[in-house]
Amino acid sequence: MYDLPDESGHFGQYGGVFVAETLIEALDQLKAEYERYRHDPAFRAEFEYELKHYVGRPSPIYHARRWSEHFGGAQVYLKREDLNHTGAHKINNTVGQALLAKRMGKPRVIAETGAGQHGVATATVAARYGMKCVVYMGSEDIKRQAQNVYRMKLLGAEVVAVESGSKTLKDALNEAMRDWVTNVDDTFYIIGTVAGPHPYPMMVRDFQSVIGIESRVQMLDMAGRQPDAVLACVGGGSNAMGLFYPYISDEKVRLVGVEAAGHGLETGKHAATLCAGKPGVLHGNRTYLMQDDNGQIIETHSISAGLDYPGVGPEHSWLKDCGRAEYVAVTDDEALAAFHNLCRLEGIIPALESSHALAYAAKMAPRMKADQILLVNLSGRGDKDMHTVAEKSGLKF
Amino acid sequence: MSRIAATFAALKQNNRKALIPFITAGDPDPALAVPLMHALAKAGADVIELGVPFSDPMADGPTIQRANERALKHGVSLKTVLGFVTEFRATNGSTPVVLMGYANPIEAMGYEAFANAALAAGVDGVLVVDYPPQEAARFAELLEQRKIDAIFLLSPTSTELRIKEVARYARGYIYYVSLRGVTGAANLDVADVAKKLPNIRAHIKLPIGVGFGIRDAQTARAVGQIADAVVIGSRLVQEIESSSREDVLDNISTLVNDIRSALDR
Repeated sequence: MYDLPDESGHFGQYGGVFVAETLIEALDQLKAEYERYRHDPAFRAEFEYELKHYVGRPSPIYHARRWSEHFGGAQVYLKREDLNHTGAHKINNTVGQALLAKRMGKPRVIAETGAGQHGVATATVAARYGMKCVVYMGSEDIKRQAQNVYRMKLLGAEVVAVESGSKTLKDALNEAMRDWVTNVDDTFYIIGTVAGPHPYPMMVRDFQSVIGIESRVQMLDMAGRQPDAVLACVGGGSNAMGLFYPYISDEKVRLVGVEAAGHGLETGKHAATLCAGKPGVLHGNRTYLMQDDNGQIIETHSISAGLDYPGVGPEHSWLKDCGRAEYVAVTDDEALAAFHNLCRLEGIIPALESSHALAYAAKMAPRMKADQILLVNLSGRGDKDMHTVAEKSGLKF
Repeated sequence: MSRIAATFAALKQNNRKALIPFITAGDPDPALAVPLMHALAKAGADVIELGVPFSDPMADGPTIQRANERALKHGVSLKTVLGFVTEFRATNGSTPVVLMGYANPIEAMGYEAFANAALAAGVDGVLVVDYPPQEAARFAELLEQRKIDAIFLLSPTSTELRIKEVARYARGYIYYVSLRGVTGAANLDVADVAKKLPNIRAHIKLPIGVGFGIRDAQTARAVGQIADAVVIGSRLVQEIESSSREDVLDNISTLVNDIRSALDR
C-alpha cells in the first residue's frame, strides 16, 4: 500500500517543511484543518458538486484515432483537462483550496503564477466565492502573458509585478511567501503545484487526483482495461501527480513524466529538473532542483511558461529515485511539432505544456503494438499560446 | 566555553547588552567584506552575523534581497564567505561570527564538508533560516560535535510546544523575529516583544536576541532593556547600499557607534 507522505510530510528524503519559523504556525494550522476536512463528507460533497457544475467534470477521455494511425503502433487516448472551465487542470486544485480557505474563515487569497494559468484559476474561484485575491507574477512573465494578466484583472484580482531575482515564477513564489508571512491571519496561500512545504504537495495532489480517479473508470468503459502507460508533462508536476497517483499501486501501468528540454539538455537552456538537476532545498521542500555547484538556483528555459520552473514536486523526486516513474525530456521543437500535429489531425489545440507529453507519446507509440494503449494527460488548451506559436512561425498579430 | 557563550557571559557581568549587526557577505563587493567585518567589531559589535548570499532569499525584504543580488553578481559563494571568515580570524580571535543564510548552499556543499569547513574557518554559530528544528536534527548534531552553535529562530506565532522543540536544539542564543513579516518590513512594537519574551525564557535559558524592524538607536535601546541582544540588519544594509565605496566603512562605523552608545547609555 502506497501511503506517502509520512506524518511530517516526507516522501523518503524529499518533501518536508523547510521554512522560516514565522510560517510554522500557519502551516501547522493548515495541516490540521486539511486533515479535518479531507475526509469530511460535507466538504467532499461540496468539492464534488463544484467540480461537476462549475468546472464541468468529469472531463472526457478521447481516443485520438487519426493521431494514433499517423504514428502507427499504440492507441493514444487523451484525458481532456483542456475542456475544464478556465481551460486547464489548475482549477481542480484552486476550487479545493478555496473551499478550505472559506471554512478556515480567510477572506483573502494569494497565489503565484508563471504563465498565468494558476493565477487565472485562483482569480476565478476568488470571484466565485467572494474573496479578495492578489496574484504575484514575475515582471518578465507579465510581459509575455499580457492576456492572462488582463483576464485576472477582469475577474477582480490584483496582479502584482515581481521585480526581484529572475523576475519569473520562482521569484513570484518567493514574493507570495513573503506576503503570506506578513498577512498570515487573514490570508490563505493557494499554491498552484505539488511543491512547497507540507501539506501543500499532498493537498494539491489529492485535489488533482480526480484526474486519475476518473481515468481509471473511463478507461475501463472505453477500452475494457487500463493503459500500458500514462504520460503527463512535468513542470512543478501537479497534472502529472493528479494522473499518476491513482495508478501508483497498479504496477502494470508505466508512469511517464515529460520535462522541458528547452533548446536541448546539452545546451543547459532547459527546465528538465528531474533529468538534469540535483537534490536540494527550495520553496519549503527538499527536491530535485536546477542549481549551480554552489547551490544557487539557476534560470530555466522552456517555450512553455508553465514548465519554466527550477524545482519539481517532491513526490516526483521520490517516484524517480525509487524507479516507480520514468522521467524524460523533449525539446521546444519536438513539443511544437506535436502541437501542430494535434491541431491538424484531431482538431484540438493543446497547450504547449501538454504538447511535451504528446511529443513523447509520439516517440513511444511507434515502438508499441496496435493493441497497446497510451493515455496522455491533455492538461490544458492552447489558446493562451497563440502568440508564442505565431512568433515561432514568423507571424505577428 | 564557546566564543558566543563567553561573549554573553562577559556582557552580563558588566550589565551590558549585546549588539549584533548583520551584513550580507560580499556586499557591495568582495574586497570590502573583511574590512567591513573589522569596522563592525571596532565600532562595538559583540557578535557579527554574516549573511551567505542566496538566489532566493524568501524570508528577506527588498533591501536584503538587493544585497544578495549584488553579492551574487560578484560570484560570492558559501566557499567565498568561509574564506572571509578565515581572513577575519587572522587578526581577530575574539569576536564571534555567525553565518546566516538559506539551506541550499549548505545542501550543495554537504553537511559534513560544511561543518568541517566552518570549524576550520573559525565560525562560531550557524543560523539557517529554512532549517526549522524538525528538519535540522542531523545538521545540528554535526555542528554540536564541532562546538559550533546551531542558532534557531522563534517568532510571535511560536506556540509553547514549538518553543520547547526549539529548546532541544538551540545553542548560543535565540533569534527572536519581532514581527510578522520579512526583514526590514516595519517598525517593531516593543510592548509586543516584551509580552512574548517571558514565555520563551520559561523554557529556554539561552540569551535572547531580537531582530527584524529595529531601525534606529532609540528602538535599539528600548529593545535592549527587555532582551539580551539587539540584531540590526536591513538598516545597515541600507546604509551600505546608499554609501559610496569610499565612505561605506566610515558610515557603517558611525551608525554602529551610535547604536552602541544608545545601548550602553
